[in-house]
Amino acid sequence: MNGYSDALVWGIIAALGVGTFYLRFSFLGFLGDRQLPEWALRYLRYTPVAVLPGLVAPLVLWPSGTGGETDPARLIAAFAALGVGVMTRNTLWAILGGLGALYLSLWLVG
Amino acid sequence: MSESAAIRDAYWRGVRHGLPFLLVIVPFGLLFGVAATKAGLDLAQVMGFSIMVIAGAAQFTALQLMGDHAPVVLVLAASLAVNLRMAMYSAALTPHLGKAKTWQKALVAYFMVDQAYALAANEYESHREMSRAAKLAYYAGVCTPVCPNWYVATLVGALVGAQIPPEFALDFAVPITFLAMIGPALRTLAHVAAALVSVVGALALSFLPSGVGLMIAALAAMVTGAQVELWVARRKAVQG
Repeated sequence: MNGYSDALVWGIIAALGVGTFYLRFSFLGFLGDRQLPEWALRYLRYTPVAVLPGLVAPLVLWPSGTGGETDPARLIAAFAALGVGVMTRNTLWAILGGLGALYLSLWLVG
Repeated sequence: MSESAAIRDAYWRGVRHGLPFLLVIVPFGLLFGVAATKAGLDLAQVMGFSIMVIAGAAQFTALQLMGDHAPVVLVLAASLAVNLRMAMYSAALTPHLGKAKTWQKALVAYFMVDQAYALAANEYESHREMSRAAKLAYYAGVCTPVCPNWYVATLVGALVGAQIPPEFALDFAVPITFLAMIGPALRTLAHVAAALVSVVGALALSFLPSGVGLMIAALAAMVTGAQVELWVARRKAVQG
């Protein structure tokens, strides 16, 4: 992978593997029946919606496939994926809706 | 029903409940295999991700930030932040499985994917009479179709990915996958507010070195979500 040595890529994979395992093992393994404080739970609830939208926004506006040029077909696909996900609450339908909209609009817009 | 029959029964019920999730796991794993291969990881590294991390959203997050040449510490911070929810899963399963043997708990932890947690938590709440052995058997049952197929789908994606022509615009499969995870997560006003702050923040700070703007935006978004939740609760209390 560009910019990272093989050893560094393996280091990232291993660190992520160990870190994720410890998050999963935390309460089961050594924290036991202790209750998380309410304020901590309140922050934890929002970590996925705090990280993922910010990660995806630049990818939608400046997609790598067009060399960073904003692309109507990809914008339409993005809104379709998000919209289907909100309406159906189902990740699979959202992926299919997004890919369907992508191919349809690529074919229409060219 | 004898205890061993109950355990067998719980295992197969878990398998049946886990099977439909193949519809999510398989396409998701395929996409990860394809995207990771296109990003330049070799086959062992792609499989290393799916076997050692076994968490789709975090794997995609790491992949994306590595593609942007973000500093390692930010790659790890963002990906682990996406996985913080698993500490909540762990806490929620502890009353049921906390007294199991350590090796059993280690296996439960390793396989603690969203689907396993969601099904198990639901099953344990609705069948309070289950023994601990039956609960573990149910969990193992859920993981039997779900987890090995995550590896298999990743492998297939990695092997065929290089042969998929650019007309399929698979570059955009990764953003679509992220968006498909975000939509169902926008459950309340607080979730929507957090997502908006995350988007605006990340775009406004995109001039910063890769990953840095995202971290700041994500922290602001978490605070926003928590504050909006408190605010909504207070309004409800006043009106109620």
